[in-house]
Amino acid sequence: MIRTTGLTKTFGDVTAVAGVDITAEPGEIVGFLGPNGAGKTTTMRMLTTLLRPTSGSAVVAGHDLLADPRGVRRRIGYVSQGGAVPPAEPLRGELELQGMLYGLGREESAARTRALLARLELTGLEERPGAALSGGQRRRFDIAFALLHEPVLLFLDEPTTGLDPQSRANLWDHVRALRAERGLTVFLTTHYLDEADALCDRLLIIDHGRIVAEGTPAALKSGGRTLDDVFLDITGRSLREEAGV
Amino acid sequence: MLRDTWVLFRHGVRTTLRQKVGIVFGAVQPLLFLVLFGPLFTTIGTWETLVPGLIIQLGLMSMGLAGFGVVFERSSGVLERLRVTPVSRLALLLGRVLNNAVTLIIQTALLLAAAYALGLRAPAAGVLAGFGLVLVLGVSLAALSYAVALTIDQNLFAPVMSTAVIPLVLLSGSFLPMSMAPGWLDALSHLSPFRYPLEALRELFHGHYANGTVALGVAVTVVFAAVSLTVGTRVFNRENA
Repeated sequence: MIRTTGLTKTFGDVTAVAGVDITAEPGEIVGFLGPNGAGKTTTMRMLTTLLRPTSGSAVVAGHDLLADPRGVRRRIGYVSQGGAVPPAEPLRGELELQGMLYGLGREESAARTRALLARLELTGLEERPGAALSGGQRRRFDIAFALLHEPVLLFLDEPTTGLDPQSRANLWDHVRALRAERGLTVFLTTHYLDEADALCDRLLIIDHGRIVAEGTPAALKSGGRTLDDVFLDITGRSLREEAGV
Repeated sequence: MLRDTWVLFRHGVRTTLRQKVGIVFGAVQPLLFLVLFGPLFTTIGTWETLVPGLIIQLGLMSMGLAGFGVVFERSSGVLERLRVTPVSRLALLLGRVLNNAVTLIIQTALLLAAAYALGLRAPAAGVLAGFGLVLVLGVSLAALSYAVALTIDQNLFAPVMSTAVIPLVLLSGSFLPMSMAPGWLDALSHLSPFRYPLEALRELFHGHYANGTVALGVAVTVVFAAVSLTVGTRVFNRENA
């Protein structure tokens, strides 16, 4: 579902991402961990066509990232770190617009909007503007925006940062259920060990723009170590500090 | 592309029309000039000379600040969400710019209606031709405004643009024709691209259609439109895989 070769991004003299090889298989939930500034978001912005790689190549959701970015866009959903819920507009109209921008007819877009709102337990909130919602509700609206066109691959950039524990657990349940129902592949970045541990099938750890470790949470933790120990060994930094816990 | 532009345009217009106060508010300054300065001006000049200037002032203020909408969309992440859809960048720009055109049409019509009530007597053909010119000019300025909004720091956009508009309005000769200006100011005002369409507009409002001033105004407007739309599309296209 994702296969990159030597994906690199430099900004002037600064190498943000230094030749990463990433794979994700269909139906997998892959977690992308790393300290702040390690290159997580830059990598994700390259994979979602928002940033042009300096070098390297990638096939994302069956389309070549450089040769056919529009093909990639049609088949992926992306939830950015800060979210994308307009603060002042009623959200139903915004969702229907989003569907139509993927080529859906008005009726079809409205029907999918209704179904997704119900699926994500948002029915009744759709006439409100974004500013009138809780953090957890906004996050679920973000996911609704990203799923209207039924993508095969969903990118989540720090999906639960700033949410209370209950909303985080609720969001994990939704992500797991979506994978189970639709065979959705999920690629997410996170600071949180519990999130990586509880939600992801496989983890990639990035530091200074390079992938420094890869494996299932269980394999990485072998020998009775915690993920934080592993992370500290590899990056010299504690993930707990990074996450501010 | 055309369908996406249309979908975005319709959505934008619906959103804009919901904020009726905003549309009227954008036209308040020129309306104030019309009512509180117009009677004074017409002791030495004509409504047909003043009103084109106020239309250009309206266009500059209203369309020059059009980029403000995209500042909000950028900070709320909406723009990035749209950039991950398969919609072309040109459609993202055109959908917005055409929506701005609707706003400008309503505002200009308001201003003209008020001007007719006060004593403007311009021929219909001239007003219609002027309308077309102003629309092309306004849409181009809006495209340029988006380019600025996506380029500079988002906190600077409003102060920078609202300040930049003032000398452009003054140098185009909105309030008094530049023919009354001292030589250096007249020379300086030739640098403002808005001087030429404004002078063309005055000719049109006086019922003169085929002369050099009108031709020059149209030519400058066309060049300005080509440059602005190119810059706007470039900026919307920037940094993609």
